[in-house]
Amino acid sequence: MVISAASREKIAAEIAKYPAPRGALLPALHIVHAEHGFVSPECAQELAELFAIRPFEVLEVVSFYNMFHATPQPRHQVRVCTNLPCSLRGGRELLRRLEAHLGVKTGEATADGRIRLGHEECLGACAYAPMMRVDQQYHEDLDVEKAKSILDGLD
Amino acid sequence: MLKAPYVTNYLTEHFGDDAFGTLAGYVKRGGYQAARKALTEMTPDSVIDLVKNAGLQGRGGAGFGTGLKWSFMPKQSDKPKFLVCNADESEPGSFKDRILMERGPHQILEGIVIAAFATGAVKTFLYVRGEYAFPADQVERAVAEAYAKGFLGKNILKSGFAHDVVVQRGAGAYICGEETGLLESLEGKKGQPRKKPPFPAQYGAFGMPTTVNNVETFSHVPHIINKGSEWFRTLGTEKSPGTTIFGVSGHVARPGLYELPLGTRLDEIIFEHAGGVPGGRKLKGVIPGGASMPILPAGQLDVPMANEFLRERKTMLGTGGIMVMDETTCMVRVACVISYFFRDESCGQCTQCREGTGWMHKIIERIERGAGQPDDIGILLDVASKMEGQTICAFSDAAAWPVQGLLRHFREDFEAHIRERKCPFPESFEL
Ligand SMILES: Cc1cc2nc3c(=O)[nH]c(=O)nc-3n(C[C@H](O)[C@H](O)[C@H](O)COP(=O)(O)O)c2cc1C
Ligand code: SF4
Ligand code: FES
Repeated sequence: MVISAASREKIAAEIAKYPAPRGALLPALHIVHAEHGFVSPECAQELAELFAIRPFEVLEVVSFYNMFHATPQPRHQVRVCTNLPCSLRGGRELLRRLEAHLGVKTGEATADGRIRLGHEECLGACAYAPMMRVDQQYHEDLDVEKAKSILDGLD
Repeated sequence: MLKAPYVTNYLTEHFGDDAFGTLAGYVKRGGYQAARKALTEMTPDSVIDLVKNAGLQGRGGAGFGTGLKWSFMPKQSDKPKFLVCNADESEPGSFKDRILMERGPHQILEGIVIAAFATGAVKTFLYVRGEYAFPADQVERAVAEAYAKGFLGKNILKSGFAHDVVVQRGAGAYICGEETGLLESLEGKKGQPRKKPPFPAQYGAFGMPTTVNNVETFSHVPHIINKGSEWFRTLGTEKSPGTTIFGVSGHVARPGLYELPLGTRLDEIIFEHAGGVPGGRKLKGVIPGGASMPILPAGQLDVPMANEFLRERKTMLGTGGIMVMDETTCMVRVACVISYFFRDESCGQCTQCREGTGWMHKIIERIERGAGQPDDIGILLDVASKMEGQTICAFSDAAAWPVQGLLRHFREDFEAHIRERKCPFPESFEL
């Protein structure tokens, strides 16, 4: 079993909140991501069994949402917002400078598997631009130096 | 945590006080008195009538009458009825629901309890966009507090009324903010909007009668119960009562949140409240209500921010996300950023939307690069007009409007690119 007993317990608690078990599929996928970082084929199989659906139905949902992954991910997801309000205040320049700093292009991961650099659509922080999301954490009112030092501080 | 709004009114009055986010702090400021009043002194119908008389309109973008929407819920139903609190806030330029969750989660929950009483709903699904981890944590904490103290659960405020709240986190898909896309997502599926009818009040979450309201909409409700519909109508305009929280971003001195009565003039918000355009530069254009809403040029900012006035200028209030652009701004780049977003977020079910968003972005991008053709503007307008009014959901219209608006007021920017075969705005924001 890939999904741990602890995660299964959490998933069962989520299922109990919904009128139909499948309502808990997104919560379950969040729980699985917290444990493994992505949904492996074995994982999809086990989830399919838990929800009495077919594995491809699990993967179809995984592929629809940006925050779910079907392949292993680098340790950190760094996403710079490039939607309009952020772009007006230097969001794209920040992304370009971080590409140079990490030596990767947007969408790529560093060779050591530490960071994937990406761009993101509006994150609801438009007045505090430029901004980026590092995993679950927002960093706002950034300048290039501040952003670089945040990345340098990641394990 | 977000900074408290620069200008506050009844919704955000106590947002500078960290304790307001806790149950004890909220109760100290008079919290849950409206729920007590509704559940113990009023009937469901009298709550609906009060909200109808107040004229509260949904703050999620469409501006539908809230009391009227509640009255669509079947009175007799052998199925359980549900509410959905739409906290998917992803419209570019919008960040008001975030602060309502971070600083006033109990205000939302109190609005939910009152709405549940009015509609006979047994459960609310509060769907927060996946990226809003901190706001979702605040709401979950508040829900746990409310259960522990009897403000949610079996016998709320000892009134005999029962209601549950379930928080679900989305996972990064703009279309899940559209109410039936949200319902699909809630059911564990891809967030692809449903054909309507049936409407959610008949066939909603898990096939049950459901009412969907926005976070801010719920937050207004306790104040209406406490202070009455006449009080509510003293703020805002005759047709659009109450306040809203405007989010001002882009080229202004003080970007941030401003809670102001509906009908406050756009130029007043930008120049008096948000400090105007910095660096001595002139203003070029303003998107008044989130990325879906058509832009207004500098000469048209003397407009009260309420739909009845904005419509005359072919735009709308949307989510109240005001994006300000100064004279350096290239409007083709603006179109490029916005059309990229819509191309990326289309769920792909409808041909007009899937193909239209792709074509629009491709043509705009080519114009920006200096490779535009003389008839590209005509093609853009043609594509945009075919995207309107024919799809499963309003996303397709929302993708067409901003491009139409940019071409209505800044066609010369597009023509100059095509004529000069390059972008003539060297100082514009980087693309
Ligand atoms: C593409 C699209 C995205 C939307 N996104 C949101 C959203 O993020 N939050 C929201 O409250 N309403 C959103 N809406 C509006 C909802 O469909 C719905 O009208 C609203 O949640 C109803 O609540 P209200 O009546 O309180 O405004 C969106 C609509 C469309 C067409
Ligand atoms: S209009 Fe666009 S987003 Fe809406 S259902 Fe059709 S394809 Fe999906
Ligand atoms: S545009 Fe970047 S947070 Fe809104």
